[in-house]
Amino acid sequence: MPQNEYIERHRKLYGRKLDYEERKRKREAREPHKRSKVARSLRGIKAKIFNKERRNEKIQMKKKIQAHEEKKIKKTTDQVSEGALPVYLLDRDVQSRAKVLSNMIKQKRKEKAGKWDVPIPKVKAQSDADVFRVVTTGKTKRKAWKRMVTKVTFVGENFTRKPPKFERFIRPMALRFKKAHVTHPELKATFYLPIIGVKKNPSSPMFTSLGVITKGTVIEVNISELGLVTNSGKVVWGKYAQVTNNPENDGCINAVLLV
Amino acid sequence: MDTVNDVEADLRFQFKSETGEVVGDIMRLPLDCSKEQLNLLCNGILDNEDVVPYLFYIHDTEIVNNLKKSIDSLNLKADEKVLDIIYQQQAVFRVRPVTRCTSSMPGHAEAVISVNFSPDGKYLASGSGDTTVRFWDILTQTPQHTCKGHKNWVLCISWSPNSKKLASACKDGRIIIWDPFSGNQIGKTLIGHKQWVTSLSWEPYHQNPECRLLASSSKDGDVRIWDTVLCNTVLTISGHLKSVTVVKWGGTGLIYSASQDRTVKVWRAQDGILCRTLEGHAHWVNTLALNTDYVLRIGAFDPIKDSNKDTLDENKSKSQEFALKRYKEVIECTGERLVSGSDDFTMFLWNPEKDKKPLARLTGHQQLVNDVKFSPDGRILASASFDKSIKLWQAKSGKFITTLRGHVQAVYMISFSADSRLMVSGSADSTLKLWNLKTNKLEFDLPGHGDEVYAVDWSTDGLRVASGGKDKVLKLWQN
Repeated sequence: MPQNEYIERHRKLYGRKLDYEERKRKREAREPHKRSKVARSLRGIKAKIFNKERRNEKIQMKKKIQAHEEKKIKKTTDQVSEGALPVYLLDRDVQSRAKVLSNMIKQKRKEKAGKWDVPIPKVKAQSDADVFRVVTTGKTKRKAWKRMVTKVTFVGENFTRKPPKFERFIRPMALRFKKAHVTHPELKATFYLPIIGVKKNPSSPMFTSLGVITKGTVIEVNISELGLVTNSGKVVWGKYAQVTNNPENDGCINAVLLV
Repeated sequence: MDTVNDVEADLRFQFKSETGEVVGDIMRLPLDCSKEQLNLLCNGILDNEDVVPYLFYIHDTEIVNNLKKSIDSLNLKADEKVLDIIYQQQAVFRVRPVTRCTSSMPGHAEAVISVNFSPDGKYLASGSGDTTVRFWDILTQTPQHTCKGHKNWVLCISWSPNSKKLASACKDGRIIIWDPFSGNQIGKTLIGHKQWVTSLSWEPYHQNPECRLLASSSKDGDVRIWDTVLCNTVLTISGHLKSVTVVKWGGTGLIYSASQDRTVKVWRAQDGILCRTLEGHAHWVNTLALNTDYVLRIGAFDPIKDSNKDTLDENKSKSQEFALKRYKEVIECTGERLVSGSDDFTMFLWNPEKDKKPLARLTGHQQLVNDVKFSPDGRILASASFDKSIKLWQAKSGKFITTLRGHVQAVYMISFSADSRLMVSGSADSTLKLWNLKTNKLEFDLPGHGDEVYAVDWSTDGLRVASGGKDKVLKLWQN
């Protein structure tokens, strides 16, 4: 085992052999001849391996040459960047605002059909048994007509409970939500926006009317603070978003804006 | 003489022009004298052949109904016996408000950044982010020429006052002169600016009817004056420490430039010597406007008189005289006034020829002021701001008139009609709005653009409005 880098040290002190550079050049110049001799004499699997290696080497070499040549040529056609701005906005950091997205007619049509191109097209259906827990009532707890919703719900501002005798569905306070984290897919930004209503729960129309929010539910959110405008120059108020998580497990609602 | 004890009956009146010239004798007028009757009387005193509409003011308040009502509202001092009635001539013609979009012209592949009608109102050009300048035939409302030459976004365009050349500047700092009749480039590309060009301004027609010199301001802090025939720089005016935002070539041989270094500088155009620095703003100065902007723009044309006829006199010295005469009429009252709007939410009114002190500071906006314009008659000042409002001011004193609200997002640009009775504004909320300056109310809402409106221009003859924006189409609006 060598102790310390004594060869380097010697080189630093005394330099290389006087004819080192020349010998090196000659050795390198001889290299192709040697290799071709080997290549000619190889047979069988060894030749195969050698040729494969040689081929890869050549590809790398060609790539390198090409890259060098590209570097030499001065690019004449600079790509013009997109998103032209007038002079008065050039020095200001204008946030890229997504285009006016709402095409009212399109949205209306979709609303009628009740179908949306949503980020999560297929949702696991929630059965009634999953969503509702039977609440037994009566003195002897024999009656079982009352249900408690075990999922997250949205309850409108002006909702008042019915008297207990007529209240079939109980929506617990702890599972009521008013706001959702909504991601704008084009802006790639998330906003904490108030919910306006539940547009459709794919599992059942009854869930929709109850305001049950599960994964895949389409909710309407208030996006007025994003400052989007319609073609007629009005601020867009409500827009649909689809829930992407399981709110009952996570304790928050995450949704993607439907553009 | 009948002796009535009432103070009001003892009042006598005197007609005065805006400049303070006394017209006619002191006279006694019946107090139920209406506006129309005053108008007839004034026309009679002035010996006008045709009846010209006037507005009348007593102590800066307009007479709306009759004399009595406006006097009652003034609560005069008892010793005031002779009241001055100031008359202001209104434009004889009327521009009809634009109400509908007559055509949306697609063609540009990127946002339309600048739109400009030629001084004679017969040609329309637009510059866009797709690096082209396009000329449009406004009679058939079709594209005419597509001019390729720039390598980057075309940021600003400007017509020469004789309507025979169009200068366009791009983000690379190059300026190209185009021939609007053939769509070809004239001369070489003007290269010199190191960064993008922010504005262009031609030498006024009444100083040189050849339309040879062009001033340009750039982000690199320089103002350059170009000879568009020889295609070289005549002068490089440097002195600003930061980007120059606007350059305006005034009618008296002065160049005004505003910059982000918070100053407005006044230069002598002839040799580029700094005359004075107007200081006062606390942040970037975004925009400048002259009360002579309209008259400098139209040069020797008279687009209102007859839009079909070629109104430019072929004899250059004659047309120059005509332009000079009209220019003098405009500055007769107050001289050349300059207003600057800034990022510090205020505006300053300057008398740049004489004084480096501001005449007035116009405060009230709650966001930066993006655009300021004088009305063509030079009496009203409008400012568009990012606080979604437009404010109107008296151009003479800088007194606040009113706020026009209606836009739901930042207002980018405003443009007056030639008769100063209407104004159109373009905004980030994708609409144009037409305002009536008589009633100071919204006249028409003009939706139609798909996205932000970046540029608006009302043609000099008042017939059309053109607008372009982020949605890449150019729209023409007409009555």
